[in-house]
Amino acid sequence: MFVIGERINGMFRSVARAIRERDVNAIADLARRQVAAGAGALDLNTGPTGEDPTEVMTWLVETVQEAVDVPLSIDSPRPPVIAAGLRACRRPAIINSTTGAREKLDALLPLAAEFGAGLIALTIDERGIPRNAAARAEIALTIVARTTEAGLPGDRIYLDPIVLPVNAAQDQCREALLAIPSFRALCEPAPHIIIGLSNVSQGTANRSLINRTYLAMAMALGLDAAILDPLDQDLMDVLRTAGILLNQEIYAESYLQRRPA
Amino acid sequence: MTVELVRETWPGKIATVTIGATAAEGGTRAKTVTIGGHAALPFLPTDAPTPHPPLVAMEVADAVSPDWPDHLRAPLADVLGSPAAWARKCVEEYGADLICLRLQSPHPDWQDAPPEAAAATVRAVLDAVPVPLIILGCGHADKDNDVWPRVTEAAKGERCLVGVAVPENYKTLVVACLADGHNILAEAPIDVNIQKQLNILITEMGLPPERIVLHPGNAALGYGLEYEYSIMERIRLAGLQGDRMLAQPMLTIISTEAWKAKEARLSEAAAPAWGAAALRGPAWEAATAAAFLQSGADVVVLLHPESVASVRRTIANLVAVAAA
Repeated sequence: MFVIGERINGMFRSVARAIRERDVNAIADLARRQVAAGAGALDLNTGPTGEDPTEVMTWLVETVQEAVDVPLSIDSPRPPVIAAGLRACRRPAIINSTTGAREKLDALLPLAAEFGAGLIALTIDERGIPRNAAARAEIALTIVARTTEAGLPGDRIYLDPIVLPVNAAQDQCREALLAIPSFRALCEPAPHIIIGLSNVSQGTANRSLINRTYLAMAMALGLDAAILDPLDQDLMDVLRTAGILLNQEIYAESYLQRRPA
Repeated sequence: MTVELVRETWPGKIATVTIGATAAEGGTRAKTVTIGGHAALPFLPTDAPTPHPPLVAMEVADAVSPDWPDHLRAPLADVLGSPAAWARKCVEEYGADLICLRLQSPHPDWQDAPPEAAAATVRAVLDAVPVPLIILGCGHADKDNDVWPRVTEAAKGERCLVGVAVPENYKTLVVACLADGHNILAEAPIDVNIQKQLNILITEMGLPPERIVLHPGNAALGYGLEYEYSIMERIRLAGLQGDRMLAQPMLTIISTEAWKAKEARLSEAAAPAWGAAALRGPAWEAATAAAFLQSGADVVVLLHPESVASVRRTIANLVAVAAA
């Protein structure tokens, strides 16, 4: 299971402050703690900022890769910010994210090719968020057709079935899960399947419980990557345990004492 | 029709472990050996080249069982009473890459020899040969725990491989290896879950995973070979898939295990249909080793000079094919 740590995001007040004050130690600490907790990559998002977001993204990349040696996920709705982040990365990064919309793919596919980056692709398009699993699969097919045409190998694609908050769109939690198995067969090598886990519990009272329950269900259906909070110990324990139960990792009595390899 | 080879790549890599220390590194070895480092299953050079081909260690014991058959005893008869002379013969005459010294005499049911005597034997063998040393206890937990700290201290700085640590008895040995700079040989009873658990427990005590070598069980041809083979395969696959708690090089002690088999031991008089005992015994050892090499053994421990010669040819052939 590939874990992308979500904590370096300007939406968090403490991160916004660290960005504003260019607090290297605060960002480096957050990076190290997430990697120590089992993150295999770190997501970087400047959040809403009064400054030039390309400059903030460059600073975040430089600060984080001084502290840890893992791939970075460059998270922004704006292609120029993503390009700035990719340029600063020492090792191949992941673009977060494109959608199935033509304009987005046109802007981001060349960047993925140029920088050898992975590409997270949300299964939404110009028509908005799909209603059900079948509509998600249809957009996924469009995306894979475009990425294949652009020469991007399947294992650099991370298809995201779009997870919505359970308190706002309860029926969609199941639809997103049901889309997962249909993504697997779209290309060879198979694409990765990823979710932004914390979305499912947005605005609810039992966030950690809802997150980890949903993660276990999604893993059973073939999810192999997630953007989540690795500092949530209960969540990471469920992730490890689901990996054992799905025969992805060999069982040992103390399997929880070791972070994922 | 051209056949396209299927190539597999793996996310993980097997750790490398160095055994022995030169004078510059705080020991007295003329050379050290490094094992592991694999990025693919054994002998598949198109997947990944073999950075460190498997090695042959020869077993030397400070006491041998009186029921050793004559065709095993014969080639070693002149040195059986002296571990240092035996070790020297293994290196100089038979080309052993390492010596595996079994400290059997301290066992209460054997000679109940004191820890000081075992430590002196270790020092004598270290002084007799330039190659790195593997040291095995007698298998009696309480006695091993008395002997190990003395032995590791006598070999301090030589970066030996000391074993075997088992789930019921590993703490004393881990502490001794940490204190005196040795690697540890961790044994599980042909069980991948227990092997992983033992590695977790050892690393929790502060010994890094790069100082552990796995001993996945005791078996020989006709006596559990296929179980150990498949467990070794599973361990290696898990390591290559990225499980750091199973990504260690592996060692198999074939010597005494193969020579327990009646097919290796029985004389021609007792089993005329089985052919010459002088060939049969070494062949049993060599065949067991050949199988374990294919399942990922990085070191095979052997007893008979004939099996050593045969296994060295096997390794040379496999590596030559690998390089072609």
